[in-house]
Amino acid sequence: MNKMVLSFLLVLLSVASAQNVVNLYSARHYDSDLELYALFTKETGIEVNLIEGDADELIERIKSEGSNSPADVFITTDAGRLWRAEQAGILASVDSDILKAAIPENLRHPEGKWFGLSKRARVIVYNKDYVDASELSTYEDLASEKWKGRICIRSSSNIYNQSLLASIIEADGAAAAEAWAQGLVDNLARAPQGGDTDQITAVAVGECDLAVVNHYYYARMLADAGPEDDDDPVDENAKEVAEQVKLFFPNQADRGTHVNISGAAVIETAPHKDNALKLLEFLVSPEAQAIFADQNFEYPVVSGVASSEVIQTFGDFKADELNVAVLGENNPEAVRIMDRVGWR
Amino acid sequence: MNKAARTLIFQSRSLAKARSSFLSGWTLSIVFIALVIAAPILLVLASLFLPNSEIWQHLSSTVLPRYIQNSGWLVLGVGSLSLLIGVSSAWLVSMCSFPGKRFFEWALFLPMAIPAYILAYTYTDFLQFSGPVQSFLRTMLHLPRGYWFPEIRSLGGAILLLSLALYPYIYLLARAAFLEQSSTMLEASQCLRCNPWTSFFRVSLPLIRPAIAAGVALVLMETLSDFGTVDYFGIQTFTTGIYRTWFGLGERLAAVQLSAWLLVFVLVLLALERVSRNQINQSSKERFRKLLIYPLRSWRAALALITCSLPIVLGFLLPAYLLLHMALRNSRRSFNPEFWAFARNSLTMASITAVLAIGIALLLAYGERIRPNWLNKLATRIASMGYAVPGSVIAVSILISFGRLDNQIDGFSERVFGVSTGLLLSGTMVGLIFAYLVRFLTAAFNTLEAGLKSITNSMDEAARSLGKHSLGRLITIHIPLLRTSLLSAAIFVFVDTMKELPATLIVRPFNLDTLAIRVYRLASDERLVEASGGALAIVVVGLLPVILLSLAISRSRARKL
Repeated sequence: MNKMVLSFLLVLLSVASAQNVVNLYSARHYDSDLELYALFTKETGIEVNLIEGDADELIERIKSEGSNSPADVFITTDAGRLWRAEQAGILASVDSDILKAAIPENLRHPEGKWFGLSKRARVIVYNKDYVDASELSTYEDLASEKWKGRICIRSSSNIYNQSLLASIIEADGAAAAEAWAQGLVDNLARAPQGGDTDQITAVAVGECDLAVVNHYYYARMLADAGPEDDDDPVDENAKEVAEQVKLFFPNQADRGTHVNISGAAVIETAPHKDNALKLLEFLVSPEAQAIFADQNFEYPVVSGVASSEVIQTFGDFKADELNVAVLGENNPEAVRIMDRVGWR
Repeated sequence: MNKAARTLIFQSRSLAKARSSFLSGWTLSIVFIALVIAAPILLVLASLFLPNSEIWQHLSSTVLPRYIQNSGWLVLGVGSLSLLIGVSSAWLVSMCSFPGKRFFEWALFLPMAIPAYILAYTYTDFLQFSGPVQSFLRTMLHLPRGYWFPEIRSLGGAILLLSLALYPYIYLLARAAFLEQSSTMLEASQCLRCNPWTSFFRVSLPLIRPAIAAGVALVLMETLSDFGTVDYFGIQTFTTGIYRTWFGLGERLAAVQLSAWLLVFVLVLLALERVSRNQINQSSKERFRKLLIYPLRSWRAALALITCSLPIVLGFLLPAYLLLHMALRNSRRSFNPEFWAFARNSLTMASITAVLAIGIALLLAYGERIRPNWLNKLATRIASMGYAVPGSVIAVSILISFGRLDNQIDGFSERVFGVSTGLLLSGTMVGLIFAYLVRFLTAAFNTLEAGLKSITNSMDEAARSLGKHSLGRLITIHIPLLRTSLLSAAIFVFVDTMKELPATLIVRPFNLDTLAIRVYRLASDERLVEASGGALAIVVVGLLPVILLSLAISRSRARKL
């Protein structure tokens, strides 16, 4: 019996102190990420241990594990979450010339507490039968009378919508942002429901005329190869649906389209800080950035890395250069506004 | 000896008796186990004593009324609909004979294997504007733009899907209770010229009320803690409100306080039910006699057939077919070798948890039966509240409890022995199984408690008079009589653990993936087609024990007759 207890403890200790590993807490749930980590292990010999969860829960886990936490690296989508992790005091400042050189200044923390890895644009998609591109201009315009009963958007519980409103608070002020949110809610064709893919489908079949979605959902549908066996012609595949729909980058004449990031940070108490830094630097290498771009249709943060072919058909666009940390700061205010205007 | 002295002696004796009942091994171990299990729940409740932040004013003036209203309708709707489906089908298969009855007996469990959120995904895909049903109707009927079609993503849709996924809890417990009810009582009611309907409402229903109440309690707690379905449908309930307050507004304390109020609400509900139930006398039961069966013919049989097949078709066959269709069309993307690793993890965790849960629940329920003092009752009540708390809240509460304990031990060992122990529980299998127990002990406990209630006290007394001590009575008398309830409890915990997501996600060790996590990854990334394979696997793997155990139940019934 004693032997069993002893060996059990030994196993625990050996897990805690295994040498050449990096422990990753990730809130990104893409299969292509697993490929990235496998590539990292192949190049460096460092094993990647992974836990995935929701960002805020992972932050709580790191906090509750305290100084003994095995966490080395935290990866999440949305700058708001990175801001919250920083506020929780769990992120370390990292000084790396490679990271600084690779990532534009507005997409990383001024003191190196977190770094953007990929960009996602929140765009307008519209049904080409019911909307002409010349009618579209800005996010702000979506609150105007002419769109009454024509807009689809997902629930305000979604962080992408919260960040969009946070950026509008920054650009136009809280009062104007609240009026805008009210106008948008009044213009909705249906109560918010489903995810971004559902909004695109709704636009394609004419349930609404336009929707606000993240660009890669649309890109992914366009790239869909369709069902493997095509003996069932009744079902439409995602590509056919997406081809009914066109993409528009709003606010090109002023501040630019709202852009959010996926980002990574090193944990203050990380037991393998060197490996953590190696992982971050690997993630901004051209080959890693190409995986972000090609497999998940995100925009690479590193200049010189090409976007995927589908993305290139969207053309270049002007992105809002607001430092993404602001999205986190304005997030609670945005949610309060959404509560007040009754955005479900 | 004068009168006063005698009274004093009497009083001190009864006091000693009372104390010994509190200090008995049973009470002590119950309270200890309950406290360990309840620690994370108590942490949630304790938040009520912390000062409120100003966020409460914002919540109550904007969204809180809507959360309460929607949750109220949901609870009312799912409660009534699942009660209707569960009790009527259970009554039909246990009290009547009609074609296909043997099949329905176990097939009515099937919908349990599909989590409500997967029902929500598949039905949305099937019924939405761009789905096959509406596309077909549009082409056939040349409908104009903006025609009316019932919206599945609505409160009504959520009520329907949650009821379909949850009614088996009521069905399973009600069926067991119908089978165990007294046939003498029914015969008496027939002599008094009651027709089947009157016997049902005036005799059967009151008799099986504890079992039905246990089932409804489980259903309502699951409904209140459901996040996946209502979130996908865009219905703002108390639970989505908790998540929004925490993740959106960044107010964790207020979110935990909201959960605590949810718990208080459930506690009050359960207490009310208990008070009303105590007014009904427990009857003695003649258990080992063949039940009388109402033979159904012609339109009655047809009606019974429809009543029993509708929930199976809507809750299992149709969604399983849709999932299979999706998965097969994309077989290369949905099935791969990793699958078996995920399935093995899911099965292992679910089996271990089911065994532990029925062991602990049996101890608690039996202890409460033989030492029914208020301390025991309170302790077991609180320990079995984890079911009603939204998964993420209880999971984080568990994390925090573990983190504190681990760091205390580490600090102590560092100071005294100069050795750091690191984290002993956080991020281990032990931690994860503990989390499952906190979440699902209720399912086992309620089932076993209801089962024990149907064993009359005279059995205990007879055994005691024959010199059996309490543990011996449990092993020789109660466990054999409880076989059906034990199996039901095991099914509940097993299937629940298979489907569990929030605690698995956040409490698990590195690199431990389960089927539910696989489905979640893909579904949260809106890759429903790829997710269909994993979803189907949850269903299939969840089916195996359901079928095995339901066969065992019908066999154990057959042996009894």
